[in-house]
Amino acid sequence: MRRERRRVTGTEQVGPYTLLRVDAGGLDAGVPGQFFMLEAPGRPLPRPMSVCLAAAGELAFLIDPIGPGTRALCSLERGEELHVLGPLGNGFELEVERPLLVGGGIGIAPLPFLSQRLGNPPAILGFRTDWHAEAAALVPNAEVCVEPTYVTELLPDDAGDVLACGPEPMLAALRERVPHAQLAWEAPMACGYGACYGCAVEIDGELKRLCVEGPVLRAA
Amino acid sequence: MLLNASGCLDALTAPEVARSLDGFVTKTITPEPREGNPPVRIAETDAGMLNSIGLANPGRERFLAETLPSLRELGVPLWVSVGGFSAVEYAETCAALEDVEAIELNLSCPNVDEAPESAAAIVSACRAATSLPLYAKLSPSAWDIAEAARAVEAAGADGLSLVNTLRGLALDERTLRPKLGRGAGGYSGSALKPVALAAVYACSTAVLIPIVGMGGVQSGLDALELIAAGASAVALGTILFSDPNAPARIRSELAAEAAARDFGHPLAARGAAHSSLQMGVSCFDNGAEKSLETGVK
Repeated sequence: MRRERRRVTGTEQVGPYTLLRVDAGGLDAGVPGQFFMLEAPGRPLPRPMSVCLAAAGELAFLIDPIGPGTRALCSLERGEELHVLGPLGNGFELEVERPLLVGGGIGIAPLPFLSQRLGNPPAILGFRTDWHAEAAALVPNAEVCVEPTYVTELLPDDAGDVLACGPEPMLAALRERVPHAQLAWEAPMACGYGACYGCAVEIDGELKRLCVEGPVLRAA
Repeated sequence: MLLNASGCLDALTAPEVARSLDGFVTKTITPEPREGNPPVRIAETDAGMLNSIGLANPGRERFLAETLPSLRELGVPLWVSVGGFSAVEYAETCAALEDVEAIELNLSCPNVDEAPESAAAIVSACRAATSLPLYAKLSPSAWDIAEAARAVEAAGADGLSLVNTLRGLALDERTLRPKLGRGAGGYSGSALKPVALAAVYACSTAVLIPIVGMGGVQSGLDALELIAAGASAVALGTILFSDPNAPARIRSELAAEAAARDFGHPLAARGAAHSSLQMGVSCFDNGAEKSLETGVK
């Protein structure tokens, strides 16, 4: 867990999302599914963001500007600096035989990095609109659906080793279909390193701190 | 002396942060295990944050058997925060504790229903149960916090922890519904600093026991201000969430801010906010503080 002040190397629009590129400096990108706490300029708390791309001395984060913190992050410009803490949490287990990536909406954020590490396995991605679906270009070998079609409708009966990130209803539906799927969950976090107990989510009747026990959890 | 505010650090998941403090204050321990409040449990506001954790903790038995032995291995002086729903519950936990630096009685959690007894009655019951130093953590919501401070001092408290969070509410900008699962929560962060300063300022002339000041400290200057208002030690809360390196930074800033004002030691600034009042002598068992001159520089 390292906290460094890093420079923004660029930003790109990807549909409604912003891809924020940061000079990695001495930071280790970690394992896909792990996350960093990014200082949100002018806001009291940082925001947890999983690594979307890690290459050539850069870390890139895919951000949906839905609140004051994410909007502040998306407004950063090349050359500006922010504090970055990480990598944090537990990422995906990469020793899998037949990986199938499944993502929904901004939940596709960790999948480009994951796809790269796993050798571009097949992926199924779902989005709210065609505009949001522009982000599918970040993930190779992806089959894409847009509401009212859901990813579970594209899921083969023998889905293999599912690694997924997306909204809670999607993860819950996947868990029903693929009991041993690896699922990356999300919750508001103040710290990202186990201090605040804010990110506890109820999973199988137990409250778990997603930052230290997750964010990737294997379905029971 | 720098501590963490209770509930703002888990020394077992971040031992290096705990070791950068002069003492680690545990999350509040209750007799029975508590899962805490339902999510969502935190929400950011423009000048701070709300929490509604609800005293999630493993309960007294597991704390004593599992957590406390692990914490001892860190080699950091331990302060155990104790909570309960009656004076007897607080006292039973105090009686079960030994060989820790101090006990902080959480008399003011905004996220659970309060014990029916008064703060003084709880302190009195705990005083009878332990000879360990007892710090009473008070709510800044009291109309006259100095009166509450005098009452717990008379009941046998060895010190005060000032302040806990204030109750606050945040609404989701789209749905206009409360962001937190439980509605309101405890408000902390930079907005709390003037509230903490006022409480420390009022209590430091009302009692002789030492005060751990906390509330919105983000910098060494914030810490120095709490000391000037009358605190003998400072605890860091919300800042630890955004910056786990804050203890080392604030410690060095505090030394520099004190030196810039010709104080030989940060604690030499204690009471500087009070123009002509004599401060009580610090009771901390700490060399730097024993040598501390009382009064105004």
